[in-house]
Amino acid sequence: METPLKKEELKEPITISYKPYAKYEYSAGQSISRYLEGLKEGKIIGRKCNKCGRVYVPPKMYCEDCFKPTDEWVEVKDEGIVETAVASFISWTRERLEEPGIVGTIRLFPSKENDYVFPGVFHRICCSYDEVRNMSIIGKRVKAVWRSERKGDIDDIECFKVI
Amino acid sequence: MRKVGIIGAGLTLFRRRMLETPQELAYIAASRALDEAGLELKDIDCVVIGSAPDAFDGIHMKGEYLAKAGGERKMTSRVYVGGATGVMTAISAWYHVASGLCEKVLAIAEEKMSPARPHPQSVFKYIWDPITEKPLNPNLIWIFAMEMHRYMAKYGIKKEDIALVSVKNKRNAMNNPYAQAAANITVDDVLNSEVLVWPVNRLDVSPVSDGAAAMVLATEDIVRRYTDTPVWIEGVGWTLDNTSWPGRELAYPRYLENAARMAYKMAKIERPDKEIDVVEPYDPFDYKELHHLEGLMIAKKGEAPKLLKEGVFDIDGDIPSSPSGGLLGVGNPIAAAGLMKTISIYWQLKGTAGKMQVKKPVHTGVAQAWGDLMQAATVIVMRN
Repeated sequence: METPLKKEELKEPITISYKPYAKYEYSAGQSISRYLEGLKEGKIIGRKCNKCGRVYVPPKMYCEDCFKPTDEWVEVKDEGIVETAVASFISWTRERLEEPGIVGTIRLFPSKENDYVFPGVFHRICCSYDEVRNMSIIGKRVKAVWRSERKGDIDDIECFKVI
Repeated sequence: MRKVGIIGAGLTLFRRRMLETPQELAYIAASRALDEAGLELKDIDCVVIGSAPDAFDGIHMKGEYLAKAGGERKMTSRVYVGGATGVMTAISAWYHVASGLCEKVLAIAEEKMSPARPHPQSVFKYIWDPITEKPLNPNLIWIFAMEMHRYMAKYGIKKEDIALVSVKNKRNAMNNPYAQAAANITVDDVLNSEVLVWPVNRLDVSPVSDGAAAMVLATEDIVRRYTDTPVWIEGVGWTLDNTSWPGRELAYPRYLENAARMAYKMAKIERPDKEIDVVEPYDPFDYKELHHLEGLMIAKKGEAPKLLKEGVFDIDGDIPSSPSGGLLGVGNPIAAAGLMKTISIYWQLKGTAGKMQVKKPVHTGVAQAWGDLMQAATVIVMRN
């Protein structure tokens, strides 16, 4: 009953293409607004829950675990440890890339190695494909490389670089 | 709670670029499930629809759209927990009956992934935080690659050891008449396939698929009336972790351990590694099956690759894992794939899995799915 089509058969039928007119004006809220302002100043701002001690980066106005408002703004270091890193040879639309994009997650300081949750960011990492392949980048200490002209978005950080 | 059993299940072929519309796929799976149950649609009290993001089929409010396959003029609801949806569809159908609300429930899960252009990957862009993550243009394979590399780094696991999952599952799929990506491949084939996002190669990933799955659940007296080989749902569990995946240890799926503990407690399983006879862990990526065998506490943290190498998870091993061929071998129409795993365990316990039937006698089976931003898990325990 079911009928899979061959790829060439897809060239025959009429194709309807359109671009949805759907633009969004997001509200960043209190926490992400302050986070973005911090990035403009070259700082990474978090929010701390004094009950459990957890520091949220990006900041959150309430603690997910204690389910109460977080207590204070804190500036965390723009330095941390590379938790994981990968090299992407495909774009977000699955086009092949010649030069890989290197991204990963960074556990920012203050935090400890065995923390299950920590202030963390997802960003580009400035290192070679070889350092990703041989995994030597994982566990390295890195620091944010800030752009000189900043406008209050995550792209104000060019990447994280080994120090 | 009332005891709940399964009396019928149906699948469509899992394929890329299916001619049939999503509604037609859902209809085909639902009628096959009703046929196996020996029921007609008019006998069904309620319908549960499972489907992942609307964007895959390109139709908003897909629950109502799919409800045309059996849900009209009935108590119908849709569940959605990302990739974990397929097993959640069965769980939701279970509590419709367990609560005393319904006698006979039809659970349907469908996904048509291949219409998205330029590639379903681009649809995934809208699952990230629009301000702090999306500007980096991530695609889904990025985050799985990040998780896989973290898992490898934390426990010193090699790509070769992970590739064995893809080899095993695609080989198992040779026995599955519904499978899209069945093949006899080697570890070298996986390692030599196109690098998508290092450390992920193309054969580490399940394919883009269209397909549907359906299952009929009923109360104990109805089950006993309709079948001599009943299969019961004895434990269910589902939990969420936080979506702040960059701020969390990715090497271990804590979200799954929590869900598994809930399901095992209900099913009175104390030693999952000794008491589970057959398992279908969610395997959209090969490392993910290993990750999930650890989260299900069938293997200790970081030790699933070793047990895999020893043959424990082979079709004739101690705990056969993904005997259906899993998502890597059967295909991955997301919500349908999770329900397919549940159905595979049902057929194993009923003894009607045909060439997929595992060698050893089986009494307790577990299916599991996972999704969203590394944080939703659903687990179902069945017994015959």
